[in-house]
Amino acid sequence: MPILDKHALLERSPTLLLTCSLLVVTVGGLVEIAPLFWLENTIEDVEGVRPYSPLELTGRDIYIREGCYTCHSQMIRPMRDEVERYGHYSLAAESKYDHPFQWGSKRTGPDLARVGGRYSDAWHVDHLMDPQSVVPESIMPKYAFLAETVIDADYVDELMATHRLVGVPYTDAHIASARADFTVQVDPDEDFDGLLARYPGAAVANFDGLPELTEMDALIAYLQVLGTMVDFSTFTPDPSR
Amino acid sequence: MREPDRDETTGVDTTGHSWDGITELNNPLPRWWLWTLYLTIIWGVGYTIAYPAWPMISGATTGLLGYSTRAAVVEDIAQHKAQNEGLVRELLAADLDTLAPTEDLHRYAVARGGSVFRAQCSQCHGSGAAGAKGYPNLLDDDWLWGGDLNAIRYSINHGIRNETDEDARYSQMPAFGDILKAGEIDTLVGYVTQLSQGDAASDSTGATLFADNCASCHGDAGLGDREQGAPNLADAIWLYGGDADSLTQTITKARYGVMPAWGQRLSEEDVRAVSIYVHSLGGGE
Repeated sequence: MPILDKHALLERSPTLLLTCSLLVVTVGGLVEIAPLFWLENTIEDVEGVRPYSPLELTGRDIYIREGCYTCHSQMIRPMRDEVERYGHYSLAAESKYDHPFQWGSKRTGPDLARVGGRYSDAWHVDHLMDPQSVVPESIMPKYAFLAETVIDADYVDELMATHRLVGVPYTDAHIASARADFTVQVDPDEDFDGLLARYPGAAVANFDGLPELTEMDALIAYLQVLGTMVDFSTFTPDPSR
Repeated sequence: MREPDRDETTGVDTTGHSWDGITELNNPLPRWWLWTLYLTIIWGVGYTIAYPAWPMISGATTGLLGYSTRAAVVEDIAQHKAQNEGLVRELLAADLDTLAPTEDLHRYAVARGGSVFRAQCSQCHGSGAAGAKGYPNLLDDDWLWGGDLNAIRYSINHGIRNETDEDARYSQMPAFGDILKAGEIDTLVGYVTQLSQGDAASDSTGATLFADNCASCHGDAGLGDREQGAPNLADAIWLYGGDADSLTQTITKARYGVMPAWGQRLSEEDVRAVSIYVHSLGGGE
């Protein structure tokens, strides 16, 4: 074909080659990325999804720090075996406040997208301290040190402000009460109505059973909220997706 | 454009590139390679027409075949449901009080319940249902809340001491560390140990302490009370350990075992199937 014979022209002019390469990459980018910003079916509107509470957000940071995502995915794919084992397939909206999302791509351990409420807090403590004590066949490492690391709320408002910067709708009220909400979530004896008003459905408990507020508390608070925000009895999926 | 140079030895055009006297031949691409490339391009275009692909103004094209992963999984599940429809209907209609499922139904329920158990229950109760410290063994006939089919089904449906189900089984042992002196707890530990070995002295101080503090739930003879999930203390089975240290811990701080309400996660037929499975493990009443 005559047009293909003209490649010598491109090859001999770096400027022309660069301009044309940019053009090709731009077209690819436009087609693949741009529609995500206007297509209505990218993220369907789902009721119940809320930003993480300060303690849950801190637990999420610990989850990422410890590399939990290298063995645990957080995405239930729309397949029969997965739906029957883990529950309703994951929706994009369920991780819309995750920066970055924790979908993962490898399952050495089970999927955790709907682990919230599946086990008691005490089970999570037993299991994180010594996974083999409850699941003898498990190869998960021990995370007992989480119960020894005491944490405070010193930076949690800044953490939330950073998440607001990337699009999580934390209001000024959320951030102003962040430090108080952080500690109240592990103390069922305190007045936690404000916390529940800001973060509906948040679990309030002394998660690790210890008097101090530890990383174990934060991580379990995070695990216990995973996949619990959407009430699937009221959710009707758009089958065309 | 100037005429390409021709390499004299091979008779092929050169690209005109020459490095240190070495010239690059401009051989055409192999035919089979080119045709494979053209075919994959045609295939690619066809694929985007057949399946959901191109982003448009308000949504992506749906594709001529109408494929949808969501519809596919719903259909897949429905298909498997339909295969067992008769048995599932029987299972849902079965009266668990009389416990007379037909042999077929029983076999189906145990198989289905077993797979539910391994996926959902084994993390706490063990893949063989032998339990772990704090998570009851389901193979024996020592039941905290009752071991007939309906009691098991209730425990699975509503769970124990959870906060998500109003009908969850509930009881709470007081933390006797706030009530009794350390010496009295030691005495009680000794008495409870004797009780489990079957040689408790009824006129000891331990017996008096037991009668005053424990008997209202665990019974005068320590046989427990399933109405409130109070364990039988007169046998050698211990949920949290029967050594002196564990018993001291149990009495001082009390225990608070939680089980989630599985009725909120599993279908009714799954709950029934797993009840029948647990019942069939050996301890069912």
